[in-house]
Amino acid sequence: MFAALGDATRLGLVARLGSEGPLSITQLTAGSAVTRQAITKHLTVLATAGLVSDLRRGRERIWELEPEQIEAARAYLEHVSKRWDEALDRLKQFVEK
Amino acid sequence: MTLHNTTDRIEKEIVLRAPQSRVWGALANAEEFGAWFGMKLEGDFAPGGRVRGQITLPGHGHVTIEIAIERMDPESRMSYRWHPYAVQPGVDYSSEPTTLVEFQLDEVAGGTRLRVVESGFDRIPAARRAEALRMNDAGWAEQLQNIARHVGS
Repeated sequence: MFAALGDATRLGLVARLGSEGPLSITQLTAGSAVTRQAITKHLTVLATAGLVSDLRRGRERIWELEPEQIEAARAYLEHVSKRWDEALDRLKQFVEK
Repeated sequence: MTLHNTTDRIEKEIVLRAPQSRVWGALANAEEFGAWFGMKLEGDFAPGGRVRGQITLPGHGHVTIEIAIERMDPESRMSYRWHPYAVQPGVDYSSEPTTLVEFQLDEVAGGTRLRVVESGFDRIPAARRAEALRMNDAGWAEQLQNIARHVGS
């Protein structure tokens, strides 16, 4: 999932969907130097990683963020980070005694 | 103690009031490593070698850990790969991506600065991350039950 964000275009798409809410391909492509086809490809990568999802509205596909997935990724790192804090506290006691 | 976290890596830094050789011993000696980390390890750490063990921290059940040592520069650097812990018993993780853990030791006034970097989280499947969090919750619930049982008896 984090690898999915390791691209400037995809990061930009996530940022836009985050600040503007659900958007269509047309809206996401407007004013961008990247083609509609390329945008679709990037959105598919993000969808595979669980970061965005799409729904059909009439003839358009609307894309939106999946905040739970992003939150889950953040919570996981936080969890591993806390385990390291605890382990290093134990190491400190171990070597300083 | 905490530096900063990015999405792919966790970085920690701590100053230990102990000589570099003492800190190195606590890292490079598998028995000592297990003592503070909370693992019972079988075998010795050596570059290119693998050491297996069991997590002995409360609430972790019978989780088997495998540490694949990559590098050991005496009193300076050590690195290994593993499957980031809080894993589910009975699941074979051998085909899944690992994270790289790197320790770096530096002598500072009054002791040793230890830097720890764990990287490669971007390749860990989302399902595994969700599972680790659930396991964590379960671990806590189990610990609270242990406490309740202890004070109630």
